Amino acid sequence: MENNQYSAHLKRQMLLDSVFRVATRFFAFLVLAMLIGILISLLIGAMPSIRHFGWGFLTSSEWDPVTEQFGAVVPIFGTLITSFIALLIGVPISFGIAIFLTELCPPMLKRPLGIAVELLAGIPSIIYGMWGLFVFAPLFGEHVQPWILENMGDLPLVGFLFQGAPMGIGIFTAGLILAIMVIPFIASVMRDVFEVVPPMLKESAYGLGGTTWEVVRYVVLPYTKTGVVGGIMLGLGRALGETMAVTFVIGNSSIFATGLFEAGNSIASTLANEFAEANGELYLSSLIQLGLILFFITFVVLSCSKLLLLQLKKQEGRSS
Amino acid sequence: MKHTTRLVATLAFSGFVAGHAFAADITGAGATFPYPLYAKWAEAYKAKTNNNMNYQSIGSGGGIKQIQSKTVDFGASDMPLKPEELDKAGLTQFPTVIGGVVPVVNVQGIAAGQMKLTGPLLADIYMGKVANWNDAAIAKLNPGVKLPDQKITVVRRSDGSGTTFIFTNYLSKVSPEWNSTIGANSAVKWTVGVGGKGNEGVANYVTRIKGAIGYVEYAYAKQNKIAHTQMQNASGAYVNPDDSTFKAAAANADWAKAPGFYLILTNQQGKDSWPLSGATFILMHKKQDKPAQGQEALKFFDWAYSNGDATANQLDYVPMPANVKTTIRNSWKQITDASGAPIWK
Repeated sequence: MENNQYSAHLKRQMLLDSVFRVATRFFAFLVLAMLIGILISLLIGAMPSIRHFGWGFLTSSEWDPVTEQFGAVVPIFGTLITSFIALLIGVPISFGIAIFLTELCPPMLKRPLGIAVELLAGIPSIIYGMWGLFVFAPLFGEHVQPWILENMGDLPLVGFLFQGAPMGIGIFTAGLILAIMVIPFIASVMRDVFEVVPPMLKESAYGLGGTTWEVVRYVVLPYTKTGVVGGIMLGLGRALGETMAVTFVIGNSSIFATGLFEAGNSIASTLANEFAEANGELYLSSLIQLGLILFFITFVVLSCSKLLLLQLKKQEGRSS
Repeated sequence: MKHTTRLVATLAFSGFVAGHAFAADITGAGATFPYPLYAKWAEAYKAKTNNNMNYQSIGSGGGIKQIQSKTVDFGASDMPLKPEELDKAGLTQFPTVIGGVVPVVNVQGIAAGQMKLTGPLLADIYMGKVANWNDAAIAKLNPGVKLPDQKITVVRRSDGSGTTFIFTNYLSKVSPEWNSTIGANSAVKWTVGVGGKGNEGVANYVTRIKGAIGYVEYAYAKQNKIAHTQMQNASGAYVNPDDSTFKAAAANADWAKAPGFYLILTNQQGKDSWPLSGATFILMHKKQDKPAQGQEALKFFDWAYSNGDATANQLDYVPMPANVKTTIRNSWKQITDASGAPIWK
């Protein structure tokens, strides 16, 4: 009798266990199903434009809703260049923040500064967009840009980058706003990974007479490179897909920009601007194809970062 | 027990009937330009009849799509559909109010209404052919006005818009080159300039960028106090944008002879006509799946035509002339239920 009860109890446990396992597995696969579902619906939506334009869509810089001629060069280029500017500015600053917080900061300041960085990450992107448009752009256009145009516009080779009207908005402003937006992400990840470096390693290096920079360069960074690259990729992911803040300040122009201060367009901002009013099947389908391309770019970027991490892992332990 | 069941059933039934009889919800979606007015009308209508009118301002293109897929009782668009497009989709359309698009400038020392422009010159500016404020073409029209040596920054809409349609439609009528290279639509292939999202976006860029020129709905120029320009109309006179010049443009239009009210009020004759005027339209299915809903929608617009003119004037829209309203009400006879009987009597 007692034995029976025991086995019944066991049976129930096992049943619950398997229900639990099936349920969690279902949830996990749901993610995969969602990903594939989104990809498929994007593909179906983009089909008319893929059929109509073929590979030409990727090489044409035309964007003409009247004659229904569409090409993705301008938005793709805008997306990549603004994200590149964001990382160019954002990564060194984030690195500095993380080093200061983990290595040099007086303990009293450590928490408030850390929390401030995290709070920055929580600010909705539209706020950054509004700040960029109403506060930053006028200041930049009135006081900084004229000087740059005057003094750098005639430089050999790079001068063409600094020409145009001082509007305050444009590709460079979009990149700068993006930089401010990705800094908290990259900085907080970097800080977290710097913090897990065993104190013993660092102290040994200090003990050997290393400067802070040497300790960071030869002990902290090699120990945490995976996390650092991960943090940068997280920031890049955010920069690539950022919509509203970019739409506010990039200038929304489908003309190929030759200078940093000219108006441009990113994939996300083109979608935000034109989706609601896109009449005509080909127009709508071209916009969906842009979305597909953004999906693809993000996918490639994430895959590259994974590959990079694998490569780094392989080399671990070898003398450099 | 039996009693309670019956009571509950009766209550539920009466509630059902009451809900249907007294609170019909009309839904509409589309153009952003008339949204402030439709919202005010809906508020007043609700106070009067207890009927809700929910209007989502998602843009003209969205409005057309929504009415085609029958998710709303009416769609709204600033760009009228051509009669053949209406027939194809089984829709009918009618205008509600008239508004105007005005060019606005941010040039130091130039006050509202001080600068004079012509249509072809405006087209040249928007094609980048006239790129500086002290260009001889601008100076010739504005003797005595001090024009600075400053680059013109062209500002236009980045999103598709009925405002852009009115603007580009006008430029197509007055500039053959514009017509052949760019054309008219709610979004076009601009060759110069920066794009602002919505009327607010354009208004904002123009106030902020020195040497900028843009185009917005009249109400936005007035509320944001941006300097508008005078325009030369089809009769050769220079006019300022306001209610009277929009009205003049509408007065010269012959709505009765336009099938499907397909009439674009740009570049109208008459010495007082503002050349960049346009009406905003309502779209409804000719054959109503839910005739009761369609009827409620028509009741709303009937009420608005009769009682909404003052509100429209307050918000800087121009109401339709009385005779046009009669023509519109007559046009409602073609809206029928499934059996073909008109739902508007």
